[in-house]
Amino acid sequence: MGYTKDELLARLKELQIDFVCYDHPAVLTVEAQAKYVGHLGGALSKNLLLKDKKHRYYVVSALANTNIDLKVLSQRLGLGKGGLRMAAEEALQEILQVPLGCVTPLALINESARDVSLLLDQGFKSQESCYFHPLTNEVTLSISANSLDKFLVSIGRQPSYVDLEANPAVGKDNPPDLASLVPSGIPTLPDKVENAVTSIPTGNDGLTVEKPTKLAGEAKSPAALQKEKLQKVQSSIDPLAEATNIEKLVKEIMNKTSTAFLNEITKDLNDSQIAPSISDVVKRRVSSDLEHMMMSLKNAAYTQGFQAGFQATLRSSLQSLSMQK
Amino acid sequence: MSRFPSSQSTSAMAEEPTKVGSAGGGDREGEDEQVVNPWEVTAKDGGKIDYDKLIEKFGCQRLDESFVRRVERLTGRPAHVFLRRGVFFAHRDFNEILDVYERGEKFFLYTGRGPSSEALHLGHLVPFMFTKYLQDAFKVPLVIQLTDDEKCMWKNLTVEESKRLARENAKDIIACGFDITRTFIFSDFSYVGGAFYENMVKVAKCVTFNKVVGIFGFTNEDHIGKISFPPVQDPYFRMTRDVAPRIGYQKPALIESSFFPALQGETGKMSASDPNSAIYVTDSSKDIKNKVNRYAFSGGQDSIENHRKYGANLEVDIPVKYLGFFLEDDAELDHIKKEYGAGRMLTGEIKKRLVEVLSELVERHRKARALVTDEVVDAFMAVRPLPLMFS
Repeated sequence: MGYTKDELLARLKELQIDFVCYDHPAVLTVEAQAKYVGHLGGALSKNLLLKDKKHRYYVVSALANTNIDLKVLSQRLGLGKGGLRMAAEEALQEILQVPLGCVTPLALINESARDVSLLLDQGFKSQESCYFHPLTNEVTLSISANSLDKFLVSIGRQPSYVDLEANPAVGKDNPPDLASLVPSGIPTLPDKVENAVTSIPTGNDGLTVEKPTKLAGEAKSPAALQKEKLQKVQSSIDPLAEATNIEKLVKEIMNKTSTAFLNEITKDLNDSQIAPSISDVVKRRVSSDLEHMMMSLKNAAYTQGFQAGFQATLRSSLQSLSMQK
Repeated sequence: MSRFPSSQSTSAMAEEPTKVGSAGGGDREGEDEQVVNPWEVTAKDGGKIDYDKLIEKFGCQRLDESFVRRVERLTGRPAHVFLRRGVFFAHRDFNEILDVYERGEKFFLYTGRGPSSEALHLGHLVPFMFTKYLQDAFKVPLVIQLTDDEKCMWKNLTVEESKRLARENAKDIIACGFDITRTFIFSDFSYVGGAFYENMVKVAKCVTFNKVVGIFGFTNEDHIGKISFPPVQDPYFRMTRDVAPRIGYQKPALIESSFFPALQGETGKMSASDPNSAIYVTDSSKDIKNKVNRYAFSGGQDSIENHRKYGANLEVDIPVKYLGFFLEDDAELDHIKKEYGAGRMLTGEIKKRLVEVLSELVERHRKARALVTDEVVDAFMAVRPLPLMFS
């Protein structure tokens, strides 16, 4: 699960980093943010989450008035001319675990952002304080560049300050100057694999099998790993596909229900051992039926939509036909 | 002597590169050995079917536990019951499909039914249940062919009746839980034409008359419709696998399932004419209880004393076999086999458990089927874009 603002601020305090927080209504743009904190003297930042063709991610954090040319940046990273583009909304949730409009270098505290590269505007260094969102749109965090560095080092990152407006020639004799900032790994998305421990009995034909342990732990070939992550990234792009993903929906419903039950039961029983195994059994029994019911729902809803679409097209065709006469 | 589940015919079209089909195989064999051909399967003198021999003879590969684990790893979920328990015991080139999948390339599923009767029994559902699992686990599209034209020719039904049966069967198939955003169902009478027909002709050109006679045993009395439409799966699929490379396509892969036994056991015949030979999806809980108690062949001993002493014969016991197909919980099945085999559990108890499991299954199917209206069938059968078919 992603860090909350409070957890982040607690961490900053632990590190004895000075900061100031300003609360305001949720803001999605720098302009909106400026309305509330623009007059306070600190430097507003604009933050982008970018993605390259090999599904590697980059957070580019710059002063609000720095010009960022994605084409130039792409070349400097060695990705060719059109290698960078804005990442999809879903990536914000899945990789940085922040809401829309809330990209921030501080999100790198999350494990899921482990493989995201960070490019910081060298302009920050000359500012007394810089403004970033601390994992929520409703707060602006004021922090010095040095303090930001301290934080980044504490989470295992080397801060990389870059002249984002520079446009050096990139060619045979001039290798891309930012190539070292390209991540070597691919971001791991939250583990959607169901951790099932099943025992395979000895069948009549004499096959003896050991119990497989958690599926997540099995060694995979790099190709399989890459392909899996690619798949997950691709499937998270279409919101309709997400909304109609029955397996995911059922898991969420079951988790919410069983968590709620568990909380109530453990309150009464004072024994946290029994309840989880009961809830597992209940989950297994109900999930299958629930999945079937949801599939019926999905098919029925699709059919209704299909019918409506068909009728609508028919009507408009007939209308235009009769008008031609 | 147990027969096949209904012969599901599929025409040998490879519209797209790779296919996986569900099949139950057969070919002519010597009379004194086990007999396996398109119309019957017998074991040697009332014993067990020797699957290893089958595998060897037809050149399939065994579906072993390393294969099952590979599937689990690639799909990120437990394998289907049928795979875990060896119900599906052999395959052709399924490893290649897994390789394709691992590389991030695409494949799709293809299965079908020859709609010859209205009533479907559990044996008919087994391949569809497995196909649904494949669709969900690999997130791939599925094409289902209803060969109403073939049944019209072979079973001497009218065209209208064949088409009607096709639609009725489609409802039961849909009720198995296929995803409308990645499933296309078609009936031959409604769909053959265009690109599909072009493929049919391409394939037909690669198959000689002699070959067809050799595989299917036609005689001069058989009407010509039958020749262009051989009835049974596995020889048909093997023909496809032979032809596909010749017209520029990759060979489809296959999975073979073991035969779903009739209620009366290996010596019984599962047929549409004997309603007590199988559990139908239209059976009430009372029917199920009655059928299981009265007709399910038991491997238990003839008296309680003997049973406690010797235990049950799990090889021939039908309730245990059926539970192997339909009881989800591995631990419980294990426990039952142990207790029943040792004689501590009685036939009555195991039958009671089976009745529970089957009733739940049939009830769930019935509910789902009630939600499949003609409009839903129309939507599944409409020629339409499927943008999310791989997501």
